[in-house]
Amino acid sequence: MTERIRRRRLAGAGGVVRRRLLVAVPVLVATSAGMFALGAASPIDPAQQYAGAAAFTTSEENLAQIRANWGVDDPLPVQYARWVGNLLRGDLGWSTSRHEPVVDVLAARAGWTLLLVGAALAVVLVASLLLGTLAAYRRGGWFDRGLRASAYAVQSVPVFWLGLAAIAVFALSLGWLPAGGLTDITATGTDPADVARHLILPVGVLALSQVPWFVLFIRDSVADSLRDDHVLAARARGLPGRTVLFGHALRTGLLPFITLIGTHLPEIVGGAVLVETVFSLPGLGAVTVQAALGSDFPLLAATTLATTVVVLTANLATDLAYAAADPRVRLE
Amino acid sequence: MPRPPRLGLAVSAAVLLALTACSAPTANPGTGNGPLVVATAGEPDTLNPVLNYGVDGGSLIFDGLVARDERNQLVPALAEELPSVSPDGQTVTARLRPDVLFHDGTPLTAQDVVFTYRAVLDEKVDSTLRSDLDMLASVDAPDEATVVFTLRYAYAPFLQRLTLGIVPAGALAGQDINKAPFNRQPIGTGPYRVASWTPGDRLVLAANDRYWAGRPANNGVVVAFVPDDNVRAQRTRAGEFDAAELPPKLATGFDAQPGYRVHRAPTADYRGVMLPMGNPVTGDVAVRRALHAAVDRAAMVDGVLGGAGEPAYGPVPPSSEFADPAVAGTPTADPATATATLDAAGWRPGPDGIRVKDGTRAAFSLMYPAADSLRKELALAVTADAKKIGIAITPEGLTWDAITPRMKSDALIMGYGTPYDPDFVSYKLFHSDFAGQGFFNPGSYASQVTDRALRDGRAEADPARRRAAYATFQQQLATDVPWVFLTYLEHTYVLRDSVDGVVARVEPHEHDVANSIWWNIHTWTRRS
Repeated sequence: MTERIRRRRLAGAGGVVRRRLLVAVPVLVATSAGMFALGAASPIDPAQQYAGAAAFTTSEENLAQIRANWGVDDPLPVQYARWVGNLLRGDLGWSTSRHEPVVDVLAARAGWTLLLVGAALAVVLVASLLLGTLAAYRRGGWFDRGLRASAYAVQSVPVFWLGLAAIAVFALSLGWLPAGGLTDITATGTDPADVARHLILPVGVLALSQVPWFVLFIRDSVADSLRDDHVLAARARGLPGRTVLFGHALRTGLLPFITLIGTHLPEIVGGAVLVETVFSLPGLGAVTVQAALGSDFPLLAATTLATTVVVLTANLATDLAYAAADPRVRLE
Repeated sequence: MPRPPRLGLAVSAAVLLALTACSAPTANPGTGNGPLVVATAGEPDTLNPVLNYGVDGGSLIFDGLVARDERNQLVPALAEELPSVSPDGQTVTARLRPDVLFHDGTPLTAQDVVFTYRAVLDEKVDSTLRSDLDMLASVDAPDEATVVFTLRYAYAPFLQRLTLGIVPAGALAGQDINKAPFNRQPIGTGPYRVASWTPGDRLVLAANDRYWAGRPANNGVVVAFVPDDNVRAQRTRAGEFDAAELPPKLATGFDAQPGYRVHRAPTADYRGVMLPMGNPVTGDVAVRRALHAAVDRAAMVDGVLGGAGEPAYGPVPPSSEFADPAVAGTPTADPATATATLDAAGWRPGPDGIRVKDGTRAAFSLMYPAADSLRKELALAVTADAKKIGIAITPEGLTWDAITPRMKSDALIMGYGTPYDPDFVSYKLFHSDFAGQGFFNPGSYASQVTDRALRDGRAEADPARRRAAYATFQQQLATDVPWVFLTYLEHTYVLRDSVDGVVARVEPHEHDVANSIWWNIHTWTRRS
């Protein structure tokens, strides 16, 4: 494919990005306003959550004073306007469940979640492409059957259980890897090698829990395209098997795969929350749950907005990737 | 499950030995070199005592004017001796110990104490402690070493409130205490200073070399925060921790594990059934007394708690000097007394076995927080015991926001308790002034005898008269049965055999970094 053709295919990209950004603004406004309305409708008293067990010894006026300090009893539009105003000034607000600025919560934790999700996604992609294609090539063979059986088995096991089992085997019985935490418990800093060693199990477990979907998809997709005319034609021309498999069949099968990644991203993030819990990783998962339970609107809004941005970006990237990969798709 | 020693472990042990031998040839073998590592489920939201961190002492980072020893008796800490109380009980004067330094090197003065308590009373500060200090009118420092507390009314256990950690005024003055960076990087006077805190991961504490009570016996402490019980058990098994809090059933797995021992700490942490007066069935004292007799507390301790607990008959724990042994009942169920009580009150068995009186079926809902498996099992046990005497209970697992509006008319499994003073929790839980106020006396129990006893208990300075007042209180509760108390829990910990100096003391409901079995960890050593 020449450079000129590729450029022509992505010709409309700038316009698409601009239009998507315009759509993103109302989506973000709607999401945050919806979050606000849900938070206000929630019967949970954030001051009681804040007090924790001390709620049993804290008087009603004491709690009311704390709510007044936070302004959480103000009318909904007032709260929302205040939040948007602060947001425009770059202030994400104060997390009532974490007792620190939302920015600090995100800064300290989002990186670890992104690292976990990113690494797991990379492993998932490589593993599923490789295994799925091989299984499709020898469809019905022992490798294919074994792979499919284990994919179904893994798919039916909860992530939580996978994590505990991995700890039991690799940390307790074999002693190869640490059972949890981000670093060695007595480490004084975050040494990259130490962190990497601690992330092997969590990344592996998260990847393993997500791989079945993708493997089965790739297998079917490649198996189908192996019967496509252009693949049969390539074979008939006497091209070597590997070229046909990876150059023709896999490339055709890749197209819907891109969509699958985009739509599956939220599920991987959801899995990351559980994996963070099992491996005691200080990511965003646990705090998001805590924020939801404690009606901590500023933190919830920030994580929701961040997720919305990620999903919108993923969709955009998917469409652009589609345009680049499929000559029939035009960006206009 | 003994395994052959692994090469890697042996090599690293050898390297470690060689290293320690080189770097510290005169090291005392008793102190060990690395920090002690402990693991707990609960992570504090902040490390500022003003915002409710370690207010009952044992906070490792801070000291109060007074502290508690292994029998929970008050001993002087930052105060030179126990503060003196004026004859009318409304003025409390404390003299400060000289030469106490904060971790940043600034000396402790009376102004720091005044600042700490005024911060708690400040309405702009989001402190729930204010409710515990509503007797405090003002706090002043006539000179650099004297603090005077003026109370609104005589409050006998006031000295118990002086365990609150003292923060340095200089580090916080003029700041918004709710949002101060101090809350994450605090400065105290305690045996350890905070080296780092990674929320969700761990808190690293380093020994305070200039600690006024003497340098800690170890170099530091790492507190690992591992919320999930199973994960914490597995990481303990992997050898990461010197001490870990584990639920009883997971802890017993370590009884047979070489190198570890299980420690059970007694607590004042009770569980019971709150029976609201506003319900036509539980509002009848005969039903409440029958339930009190019908529950099999011994079976709950064995079956639900895995043996880690003891039967409870009232809100004052048996370990307290105020406990009245007369209210203790039989640990096993007494269905004969229960049915006789119901029969005498006119509750007759209906066609389905459930008793009826004046057209009212002896049936009610018992709520419990759905996420709390212990309370769920207790609710089910109570339900089964009640069925045997013809009372139909419907257990309902709910979230707190669903429970709160129903507390006036539906029974609830509740839990709390403090080992320090019977006034602390019981006054609000059983005094009629607080009837129907949120979690304070949600069942609207009202008894003039109880009210007077509770008031005497906090107003009387004389220990013997306080004891008499609380004996009356406990007996009246046993008569009226606004709660059916079920069990006191034991907090279970797994400790490495090589750790010395562990002394369990009676623990309150809340225990995480502060107030767990490692309350005195500055005296612990680890044999290498």
